[in-house]
Amino acid sequence: MPSDLVIDVRNVSKRFGGLTAVNNCSLSVRRGSVTGLIGPNGAGKSTLFNMVAGNIVPDTGSVIFDGEDVTGLKPHQLFRTGMLRTFQIAHEFSNMTALENLMMVPGDQPGEHLVNAWFRPGLARSRETEVRKKALDVIDFLKLGHVRNELAGNLSGGQKKLLELGRTMMVDAKVVLLDEVAAGVNKTLLNDLASNIERMNTELGYTFFVIEHDMDLIARLCDPVIVMAQGEKIAEGPMAEIRANPAIVEAYFGTPVEVA
Amino acid sequence: MDELIFFINRVLISGTVLGSIYALGAVGVTLIFGILRFAHFAHGDMMTMGAFVAFVLAAAMTAMGIVTPLPAGFVVLPLAMIITAVLALGLDKGFYAPLRQRGAKPVTLLIASIGVTLMIQGLTRLIFGSGTRTFFDTESKDIFRIDMSWAGGSRPISITEPQVIMFIVTALIVVALHLFLTRSRLGKAMRAMADNAALAQVSGINTALVVRVTWVIAGALACVAGTMLALDVALMPDLAFNIVLPIFAAAIVGGLGHAYGAIVGGFLIAFAETMAVFNWTAVLRPINGLLPEGMALPANLALVPTEYKLTVAFVILVITLLVRPTGIFKGAST
Amino acid sequence: MPLIELKHVVGGYGGAPILNGVDMAIEASDIGVIVGPNGAGKSTTLKAIFGLLRVTGGTIEFGGENIANSLPDKLVPKGLSFVPQEKNVFTSMTVEENLEMGAFTRTDDFRPTMDWVYSMFPVLAEKRRQPAGELSGGQRQMVAMGRALMSKPKLLMLDEPSAGLSPRYVIEIFETIVRVNKEGVGILMVEQNARQALAFASKGFVLAQGQNRFTGTGPELIADPEVAKSFLGG
Repeated sequence: MPSDLVIDVRNVSKRFGGLTAVNNCSLSVRRGSVTGLIGPNGAGKSTLFNMVAGNIVPDTGSVIFDGEDVTGLKPHQLFRTGMLRTFQIAHEFSNMTALENLMMVPGDQPGEHLVNAWFRPGLARSRETEVRKKALDVIDFLKLGHVRNELAGNLSGGQKKLLELGRTMMVDAKVVLLDEVAAGVNKTLLNDLASNIERMNTELGYTFFVIEHDMDLIARLCDPVIVMAQGEKIAEGPMAEIRANPAIVEAYFGTPVEVA
Repeated sequence: MDELIFFINRVLISGTVLGSIYALGAVGVTLIFGILRFAHFAHGDMMTMGAFVAFVLAAAMTAMGIVTPLPAGFVVLPLAMIITAVLALGLDKGFYAPLRQRGAKPVTLLIASIGVTLMIQGLTRLIFGSGTRTFFDTESKDIFRIDMSWAGGSRPISITEPQVIMFIVTALIVVALHLFLTRSRLGKAMRAMADNAALAQVSGINTALVVRVTWVIAGALACVAGTMLALDVALMPDLAFNIVLPIFAAAIVGGLGHAYGAIVGGFLIAFAETMAVFNWTAVLRPINGLLPEGMALPANLALVPTEYKLTVAFVILVITLLVRPTGIFKGAST
Repeated sequence: MPLIELKHVVGGYGGAPILNGVDMAIEASDIGVIVGPNGAGKSTTLKAIFGLLRVTGGTIEFGGENIANSLPDKLVPKGLSFVPQEKNVFTSMTVEENLEMGAFTRTDDFRPTMDWVYSMFPVLAEKRRQPAGELSGGQRQMVAMGRALMSKPKLLMLDEPSAGLSPRYVIEIFETIVRVNKEGVGILMVEQNARQALAFASKGFVLAQGQNRFTGTGPELIADPEVAKSFLGG
């Protein structure tokens, strides 16, 4: 029963010491959507995101991914099921070329085993050719062709982010979790990054779940946008609607402290 | 009674001498780590360097026919400390400061300090040869013997003059260091920078000055420790290189960045080493009378043979890192 | 002439600039409050003033002199002080030693200033021999402010002084800030809770994407519905 919801978070809570970061929160991500998650500082959105990505185990509640309960699975296990996360700070093998970085992504390649590399070179080679072709496609798609043989360490910050995005394409992720992609990227590159995300969504059908501080990027990419405050989901809808919602404006603008 | 006297002579006195040397070396290591956040591997060789400076000065003094009631090595010590402090500043300026300015990681500085170690050792050999020298070519060590016959002992407690002076010098330095760190503005600034370098900078503390003061103190103390080691044993180019491990163990056991911890750690390691190689049969011999017929203590009952003394520091270091990685005093072990 | 005036300040940590032209002017009698959405460059502005990041464009005039890219050990004697948001006390040192460190650049007798700080925070006088690391969050914030006041600053800058404090301490810290200001010290602070902080700001600055978005008195900014909306971008 592949439902319409690719991520379905049901009643999750997480406490750290005396502080409730996420309080009985439910939300979902539709297949094929670019869903944004926003909220003022301390709203619990990072904690929620980390629970979806498998970095934090919820105290209560469950995370359903593509119809299966994945609560408590580790990030690498989620990777195998098709949920991928990009990081705020790009991770790359700086002494490998952009192309090689992409070719590293699919795991369990036959050539990685010494036995295969020595005794079944044909198998190793054919698989590698396949992976290479795929990597070249990805590079073409992201328009990184001119730097494909450049060492990843020499790429610009924005190109590294694109490469990170490309890694998610190497394994045909069902959902890509984007963690603060705009952080530290200048306007032009951000534009480039955003249009690539849009193309991946519309042309290739990728689903994105985005946590982001840059409201303009959220407004451009995401529909729907989910708003969290004080550990709970307080609203969901298109960004224009969210911006018009006085309760959300209040949550962001702050309230006077009251002395008990 | 003789057993106790033997114990005092062999453990208490030698342990205190060794402890003083370790403590003064470890204080330098711990201060440098606290301020500059790197393990200064060349510290042992800064000690050797200081000892050679003292040696040259002492030899010059003797050659000029100046005779003092105290061993020449101690008379020249203040001047040797100043010279070594200047050399330490030079090491920083020449090798470590340029790396820091380029934002080098602590591990890069550590590796640079290994290079400095090799360089100092090479230079010392080039200038002084690789032979062993002694401060007591012309003068002999005075030995004080405290007669213990009043307590029923047949032999005296014996302690050499250099050893007595070492205790006094170490005590003076520890007190001076304590007063400096707790009373003086610069000493407090040093503690502040070891505690939180970013906040020290924000407070307007001249961090470059604090770094210089750190090298001056570390260099001066290394000179004292090295000279004491040379006076106690002998002077050779790899003199202090061999005690770098116990000194680091002392600094870590005491809690890196913590000056008092380094002193406690120094004495702890020194006594542990001394007691581990001590032949306990010498003290426990009276028990033989209590043991049943046919059983006797072995002739040599030491925990580890002398040549494996270094393992003691290793073992204590490993245990500390496993049980209490921040050291006895909570150090800045990051 | 304002106490401090930022003219079109551009700066960052080496990559893309975070500040893209910030303008600000504060008088000694002002409480200036910088608010704005995340990543707007609020804390970065304070750090740029205090020489903790590279200013690549514009000027920062303090007492008629361009202080852009001066380091703290030069700025503190000129009369600037900064309370960072985190790790703002020397935890292993006593309260009194913390205060002394704040007076490091002074050569005159700082005892009267210390008495003044103790009168401002009586609880610190009680705990003067206690390591600052043993104090509660609110008391630490007082130590941090006290340390910054020990240099007798003309301008005190605070980065989110109320962050992580219980409501009782938030009120106390804000009240103290107002009192310090009444004694002639200009204030420039960053706050997360915009409504709360703008309420007592004589000058409010709403930043977005490293630029001024709105400027006005605190009450004006609170009254303007566009200001609140700007926190959601657009």
